[in-house]
Amino acid sequence: MDRFGNFLKSLTLREMRKGLGVTGRYLFKRKITVQYPDEKTPQSNRFRGLHALRRYPNGEERCIACKLCEAVCPALAITIEAEERADGTRRTTRYDIDLFKCIYCGFCEESCPVDSIVETRVFEYSFENRGENIMTKEMLLEIGDRHEAQIAADRVADAPYR
Amino acid sequence: MAEFWELIREPLFIVLKIVAIVAPLMLAVAYLTYAERKIIGYMQVRIGPNRVGPRGWLQPIADALKLLMKEIIVPGNSDRFLFLIAPMLSLAPALAAWAVLPFTDTLVLADIDASLLYILALTSMGVYGVIIAGWATNSKYAFLGAMRSGAQIVSYEIAMGFALVGVLIAGGSLNLREIVLAQQGSLLHWFWLPLFPLFIIYFISSVAETNRAPFDVAEGESEIVAGFHVEYSGMAFAVFFLAEYANMILLATLAALMFLGGWLSPFEGTWIESWFTWVPGVFWLLAKTSLILFFYLWLRATFPRYRYDQIMRLGWKVFIPITIVWLVVEGAAVMADIGPWFD
Repeated sequence: MDRFGNFLKSLTLREMRKGLGVTGRYLFKRKITVQYPDEKTPQSNRFRGLHALRRYPNGEERCIACKLCEAVCPALAITIEAEERADGTRRTTRYDIDLFKCIYCGFCEESCPVDSIVETRVFEYSFENRGENIMTKEMLLEIGDRHEAQIAADRVADAPYR
Repeated sequence: MAEFWELIREPLFIVLKIVAIVAPLMLAVAYLTYAERKIIGYMQVRIGPNRVGPRGWLQPIADALKLLMKEIIVPGNSDRFLFLIAPMLSLAPALAAWAVLPFTDTLVLADIDASLLYILALTSMGVYGVIIAGWATNSKYAFLGAMRSGAQIVSYEIAMGFALVGVLIAGGSLNLREIVLAQQGSLLHWFWLPLFPLFIIYFISSVAETNRAPFDVAEGESEIVAGFHVEYSGMAFAVFFLAEYANMILLATLAALMFLGGWLSPFEGTWIESWFTWVPGVFWLLAKTSLILFFYLWLRATFPRYRYDQIMRLGWKVFIPITIVWLVVEGAAVMADIGPWFD
């Protein structure tokens, strides 16, 4: 009897009709596509995008060349060289991030004792030539200057959870 | 001068009529691809193409332009002549079959007596394009794909042929126009009702004939890439594409003619019939064809691909026995004069 039932089921295309019913219903469902350049999904304040080096309000760069970020970086994407500056403080002479190596884990940001290296919300960038994947100290500082307001606001918003 | 005019008048009119059929058909193919992407998109909760032109209406035009501009690459060790003639071999029958399709009672290019037979013969020709393409490419993938779709098309041809025999018995004629006229009366007089199993089998076989999902084993991305047309690019590929979609439209129109009363109004014989007398018959035919085409797209959005042995089992062990059984039932109905179809 069971075999006969199965035979009847397959002969009347029961499963097929069920499947068609599902797709038929979805034809009229509300579409969930986000039309990217025109519409964007909301971002978290912990978003980890392009890196930046921050400055103090008086314009002095925060980084003290402790090299903790270089040490913690799992992808070995950060290269730092340091020297004594004329005023006797320890500063970096070179701070490169290879964006091809970087995995955007955010460990550099976690390890930084002076909140200098951060990851911003910027994620729409591209390279057109070889070598442009290396972000130098000047470029990182420039990005930091440009997005300082957003960076600072994001740190404030996240502070209660740390 | 007058003599010369007399001489070319007839061929000229035929050519004009052919253009009047083929040009809208090409446009229909272009917008069938748009409808396909849009409907499948909607069924997957996406919105489909909407960037080129208002609401994406120019998308098929852009696609056609792109294919026109691309280079046609002929592989080094292929048979150049066969390689280039194969797409034409698959497109030509798909277009030639339109010659005998009646659009209304009077609107038909060639009203020949055995038009159903002619169509059966031409749709079988399409497989040559596939086989020759796979052979001429001289690639293992293309050859395997061609073998698969060749075997599949030949197998389903039989079930389809039997379904057409059922229509032939019910219509009492090999002429498509007379088959449609035999369905006159009302929606219940159409052949889909007495020949329901044959209608379903014809529909499913036509999906298999055109190598479409869920019977699209000819193209398995992970195993044989795109099947028989892996090495085709540019217009040569576009012609294959055109042939597949022209075939789809052809088989859908045939289904509308043979099972859904062709150009006959669905309100015939009901009390609202007089409201729709102003609607031209071509409209009803187009509406029915579109409905069947929508089902093709719906199937593609719903079902995963069949395994190859399952396809063969379905064709040989399920469809052919069912059609034969139903032909016997139909024969008995004809003997017993069961009306309104068989009296």
